[in-house]
Order: sequence, then C-alpha cells, then structure tokens
Amino acid sequence: MKKIEAIIRPFKLDEVKVALVNAGIVGMTVTEVRGFGRQKGQTERYRGSEYTVEFLQKLKVEIVVEDELVDTVVEKLIAAARTGEIGDGKIFISPVEKTIRIRTGEVNRDAL
Amino acid sequence: MDSVSFFGIAKSSVSLVERKSMSTTMIQRLKGQALQWLCRPTQGGLTAALTISLVFLLGQESACAQDAEVVQKHADTVWTLVGAALVFFMQAGFAMVETGFTRAKNAANIMMKNLMDFCMGCCAFWFIGFGLMFGENTGFFGRSWFAFSWQQAHEAGDWPFTFFVFQMVFAATAATIVSGAMAERTKFVAYLIYSVVISGLIYPISGGWAWNGLFGDYNGGTSGWLEDLGFIDFAGSGVVHLVGGASALAGAMVLGPRIGKYGPNGEPRAIPGHNLPLGMLGVFILTLGWIGFNAGSTTAASPDIGWIAMNTLLAASAGAIGATITCWVHFGKPDMTFAANGVLAGLVGITAPCNTVHPVGALIIGSVAGILVVISAVILDTVLKIDDPVGAISVHGTCGIWGVLAAGIPWFAHANSGVTWAQFGVQVVGALAYFFWPFLTCLILFLILKATVGLRTSAEEELAGLDVGEHGNVAYPDFVTASAELEQP
Repeated sequence: MKKIEAIIRPFKLDEVKVALVNAGIVGMTVTEVRGFGRQKGQTERYRGSEYTVEFLQKLKVEIVVEDELVDTVVEKLIAAARTGEIGDGKIFISPVEKTIRIRTGEVNRDAL
Repeated sequence: MDSVSFFGIAKSSVSLVERKSMSTTMIQRLKGQALQWLCRPTQGGLTAALTISLVFLLGQESACAQDAEVVQKHADTVWTLVGAALVFFMQAGFAMVETGFTRAKNAANIMMKNLMDFCMGCCAFWFIGFGLMFGENTGFFGRSWFAFSWQQAHEAGDWPFTFFVFQMVFAATAATIVSGAMAERTKFVAYLIYSVVISGLIYPISGGWAWNGLFGDYNGGTSGWLEDLGFIDFAGSGVVHLVGGASALAGAMVLGPRIGKYGPNGEPRAIPGHNLPLGMLGVFILTLGWIGFNAGSTTAASPDIGWIAMNTLLAASAGAIGATITCWVHFGKPDMTFAANGVLAGLVGITAPCNTVHPVGALIIGSVAGILVVISAVILDTVLKIDDPVGAISVHGTCGIWGVLAAGIPWFAHANSGVTWAQFGVQVVGALAYFFWPFLTCLILFLILKATVGLRTSAEEELAGLDVGEHGNVAYPDFVTASAELEQP
C-alpha cells in the first residue's frame, strides 16, 4: 500500500476528485493547508498598506491505494491538477505499513 | 364598517395630506369624497347611519381641524419613535463594521464595548445628559430636566418621553464611534468610564449649543449659543459625528498604535480585518439606520422627510463612488473597506445639510466626503501615524467637519434655504467648537484614565487577544467541547 499526498490548487479539487474516482479510488481525505514553494508569497493591499501573504492557501489530498494502482492514480491526478503555471503543487508518495477499518477491525486490503 | 372606523379613516387621510392646519378647500374635497363614497350602490346598506354621522362630523369643521391636530401630534410621535428605532439599529451597524474590520481574537470585546457603551450611555443620559443638553439653558449648558419623572413628562404632554428616546440614541451614536478607533487595545473598564462621561457630560453640553431650542416648548424657551448665531446642523454632522470623531482622535493618540502596526522604520503595516462581509453588512445597516437619523430629525411627520431621505441616499451613494474611484486610482484596486468608509463618509457629510441642499448639492457633498475619507485615512496612517483600525476618525471627524462647512456653502443650498456666505462663517465657528470641545475634554479624560485605572491592556493580553484577557470569552470557539466525561490522568 502507498499513501499519495498531493498539494493542489484549491479550485482544482473538483476535477481531481472526479479523475481519481474514475481511476478507481474509493475514499480520500482533503485538508486545507497553507505553505510556500518556489511560487513564494504574493503581495496584497489592505486599506492602502501593502502586505505579503507568505503562506498561500492550498489543499492537501490524501489517498491510500494498492501498489498496482499508484501509477494510474498519479497520472490521472497530474492531468487533473495541472495548469502549467508556477504554483500547481506537488505529490509525495510513501509506503503505508498497515491500514485498519475502525468499525470492523478489518486490516490492509480489506480495510481500503 | 361602522361609523366610528370611517371617521378614523377620514381623519388620518386629512393628516397625511395637510400638516397642522386644514384649509377649507381640503374639507370641501373631503366632503365630496365622502359623499361620492356614500352614493356608491354597493354601500347602500350603510347609508343611513353614515349620513347621520357625517352630517354631525362635517358640520363642525373646527372640531375636525382639532382632530387633525391630535392625529398630527400622534403621527409626529410615531415617526420620531420609528426614527429612534432605526438610529438604535445603527449600534448593530457599528458593531458589525468594527468587528469585521479587526481581528477575530478581539471580536467578543468589540461586541461588549458596543453593547455596554449604549447601556452605560443610556442611563447616564437620563440621569444628567438630557438635562445638560435640553434643560433651561443659562448660557453654556442646561439646568433642568435632570432624571425627569413620569409625572413631569406626562404633565408636559408626553412628548418629552419620545424626544428623550430619540436624543438618547443619538448620544449613544456619538459614544460608540470612539470604540472603533480604540479597538483591539483598550482596557474594558476604562472604556466603560469613558462611555459614562461622554454620554453624560461631553456630548450633552456641546449638543445643547446647537439643539437646546428643539426642546424650547418645555425648557422655558431657551436656546444654545451656536443656535443663536444661526448655526445649521440639521441631524448632527457636528453635534454627533464630529464630537465622536474628535473624541476618537484623542483616544487613538493617547493609546498609541496596536503592536505590529508600524515597522521598525515607522512604515505602516496592514492588519487585515477578519470578516469583511460582516463589516459591509454593518455598512448596510448603518445606511438603513441613517434614514432614521436624518429624516427622523424632523421629529415631525412632515412632508420634508422624503427629500431628506433622498438627499441622504444620494450622498451615501456619491460617497461610495468617490472613495472607490479615489483608492482605485491611488492604489490600483478598489478596496472594499474604503468603499465601505466612503458610504459612511457621504452619510456623515450630508447629515448637517440634509434638509437645506438640492440633489446636486447632496451628490457633490457626498463625493467630496468620499474622496476626503480616503485621503484622511492615508494621512493618519502614513504621516501622522495614528492607528485607527476602522477609519472612524476619518469618517466621522474629517467628514463631520466637511458636513458642517458644506451646510454653509450657498452653491449646494436649495432655493428656500436662505443660505448665504455669511452662514459659512457661522459654520466655521461651529466646526471649531465641535472639534476642540470634545477633543480637549476627551484628551484630558483619557490621560486621567491612563494615569489611574490604565487605558491600555498589557502587551501579552493584546497579542493573545482581548476576548480571553478581558472577558474570558472566545468569539469563535472551534474544537471547544462541553464534555464532562474527560478523565483526568
């Protein structure tokens, strides 16, 4: 099992969700996050004074999938989340040791 | 329909058409209408009873005129109380603007200040303020009607009750303006003391200078010294808003800026408000309330309430347009908070001249106020380095002065107002009086508070937010549970 964490633009969430569901995933977790990458912050104005928003709003999508699904899911995710401009986000993939469904106690593949 | 209710309709239709006096032609027309109505075939069944009643009623024209006077008196009371209710609702507007334009950690504190300055002020105004403002005036302030009794007001024909309510919500408006400029760093107890002093002493004394004569029928016919000069301040650009704005300036100066407002080299930093839609809701509420503030200031159900309301809304709109264009040109984008200030600026500007100007005058007064409010806010922020989180000093102080002066400019005045350039001189005197009196008295008050109970919260409390430090409340308590089942380790 692998966990795919994708930091995406907030307005891309719908497209990403549809693409991932079509790729066969059955659940996902979305979190509002803030941060910066190479895009850095952006300058805004409030009542005449400039200020820099250093941590930009993004969404973090987390899904855990079977190893064999990883490539398709990532491919669909990139296709859905990409605009080609700086600030499209990143994907991190890491191994998952164990998965447990709280209601039934099922583990791993059965729990996904 | 019985004859009694028919008389009710006849009387009220008269009072709507003609105020106070009723001309003979009007009565003739009424007779004609009534007879026409009687002759309609569908009403045949009622004709007999009504004819007898009508002959009795219309035969006594003087009695009818007296009735019209009674209805007019009641209509005056109703309209003045409707106005008072609208002005009271402005407290909600101020609360929303102030909390929307400041940070979430101080939201409950701002709500408490806006509630309690009204409550403290309401009591103080009855105990002492009303008497200082409208009592028998022997020069500088009034000396009767302190804490007046039911008996006293009832014997005076009940009007003092209505008049008190209307004037009390005005006093509360002047008091609450200051909380915006002093937001996010003022000690609650110091603010409570300030509320009593401004509503009980500072506002009423200067208010009587221009408005004492409004209560002339009940205070022995006295009037204030500015009034005697011919000073025009119809609904209070000077009496209410400039007093609030100048007090706010004194408060913000004594307090100093919020922590983090200015960088090490004195460059101003933005401290964005936590809920701009709430702030704009406050502006809409204030605009609604202002119809009562200006048109209600006739304290009479008279035909001029329509044109006063029209001038009020024209100036509000022009103010928003003026402010939006100014900051769009100056900063590159139309800032919502400045547009919001612009509406209020236009309203403050038109408050003094709202019944003496023509529509174009109202538009010009509003636009200039909208431009002034942005310039004033930027100068306060960047040059004078006085931290006013919501722009109260610029909206009520700067545009209050503009409103008072604009009332003396003949170009804006309508044909029947009789405003000449001599008036302008009187307005300058009024503007000076309504700036320096509250500014100096509040400066002394805030310095005394600073030296005694303390005016400003500790730096730790300011950083953590006044909600927790002053009140033990959290305005938006996410993740706080009411569970009693948590086990102690």
